[in-house]
Amino acid sequence: MIEAKNVYFTYPNRVEALKGVSIRIGDGEFVALMGENGAGKTTLVKHFNGLLRPSKGTVFIDHVDTTKTSVAKLAKSVGFVFQNPDNQLFCETVEDEIAFALKNFGFEEKTVKKRVTWALNVLGLEHYRRNSPFMLSGGERKRVALASVLAWKPKILILDEPTIGQHHQQKEKLLQFILQMRTQGKTIIIVTHDVEFVAECNPRVLLMKQGKIIADGEARIVLTDPEILTQASIVPPQVTQIFLQLSNPDLPKEVIDVYQAREILLGLMERKKK
Amino acid sequence: MTVFDGLKFRTVHSPIHDLDPRVKFIYICPIFAVAVLFLELLPLIVLFFLQIPFISLAGVKRQWLRSLRGAAFLAIIIFLTNFIFSFIGSGYTDVTAVLEYSAAMTLRFIVLVESFSVFFLTTSPDRLGLALEQTHIPFEFCFAFTTAVRFVPVLAEEAQTIMDAQKARGLELEGGNFLKRIRNYIPILIPLIVSAIRRSLELAEAMESRAWGATKKRTNLYILRIHNGDLLLIAITIGILFAAFYIRLFIGIPSLNDLLGGFA
Repeated sequence: MIEAKNVYFTYPNRVEALKGVSIRIGDGEFVALMGENGAGKTTLVKHFNGLLRPSKGTVFIDHVDTTKTSVAKLAKSVGFVFQNPDNQLFCETVEDEIAFALKNFGFEEKTVKKRVTWALNVLGLEHYRRNSPFMLSGGERKRVALASVLAWKPKILILDEPTIGQHHQQKEKLLQFILQMRTQGKTIIIVTHDVEFVAECNPRVLLMKQGKIIADGEARIVLTDPEILTQASIVPPQVTQIFLQLSNPDLPKEVIDVYQAREILLGLMERKKK
Repeated sequence: MTVFDGLKFRTVHSPIHDLDPRVKFIYICPIFAVAVLFLELLPLIVLFFLQIPFISLAGVKRQWLRSLRGAAFLAIIIFLTNFIFSFIGSGYTDVTAVLEYSAAMTLRFIVLVESFSVFFLTTSPDRLGLALEQTHIPFEFCFAFTTAVRFVPVLAEEAQTIMDAQKARGLELEGGNFLKRIRNYIPILIPLIVSAIRRSLELAEAMESRAWGATKKRTNLYILRIHNGDLLLIAITIGILFAAFYIRLFIGIPSLNDLLGGFA
């Protein structure tokens, strides 16, 4: 469980990135952190694995105060996949890259091999086992970065902008992967600007603006509230925009799902026919 | 990364910022030469304190201190290696002289960092490029140099992100002996070098797409001119250089140990 109480954080250049953030994320929850650039999303998630320590307030991961433990210890239960995979790839082969963290955590050689094979299979990278990660495409490198974190099976998984540079099919695979992780009881936190992806996943949404959380709730509620979305400089999903623009009293406003929209519109057409 | 912060230019107006970069360069070169000229602690202390008025006049005290803090690790290594080898070389006698010599060597390094820091903290990359161009260095070289300078803070930021990413994968940078610590930096250096090369290739392509080098004869909107402040700095530089050579050639420099012994 993640518990942040009244967290403030100021960078050395005196930019106050977090201003009294309090949240609680339960085990197995799926959360999307959204907001404009500079809202404090990445700063907040960096507090969850101890990369940043609050200037004021406290952050607890499974009742452990992040200020009283090391990043390496926290990292074992909190996996963090950075936005740019090039910030972490350095090994000669994909296999070595995935094994890197496992060796850091002191896993036995036999377990390392097993986990590497498992992670390669989960992310469809088995063909690239002996390839150099630098020779892969952007999307593949992103998957290697994800596999290298997934390999040690952290309880909490943080994905910073996982959909950037991914085409539709890859996004679809990512969604399937997240759903699979959820069935294993993992807590998933994604930091994203991709409203369409969030609408498809329907997680709990935390909206941030200028270091504060301005909305916390179901995606269906938060992403269909034009007032809050304008505050956070976010455009609603396209389906929602259609329903908001139609402003028909017979139509619900809280629609983010294409299939739900289809059902509603078909029902309306049926009623009109009668 | 604190040492890079100490070299990062910020747009501020001060008499030092407004000086011609060529003159500032003419000033730091003799400071370098004078620092190398002396092996004694006393003149190096004087040289160190000589920079303080420039730093306060430029209003960059905090950044300058940060650059010194960043250089502290190397300074300690310089002190220790000098002390160990000089102590062994002196046949395990005269600890105070060896201590003074090691401190002088460390201070020499600090003076070099200090003057380098003052130069970069108070000179914008654009003015530096302009200065190079006006000294008739081919534009391609000037551009490469100023771009490299401009990218130092960007690379420093990237290095921090890479460190965060590797720490998040369980890498402990601080643990282990000296060799292990150096080896720990491989996962930081490789992504940093790869990303710098990628970035430079992308930059080259972007520039070529925007017709870089299409005009053979370039002109500049701004031209650097020598003002009274620049003339004053040249005079100070000549004064320092003259005084340093005079002291080196004609005056015996007492060691700090002798001076303190004399007082006792």
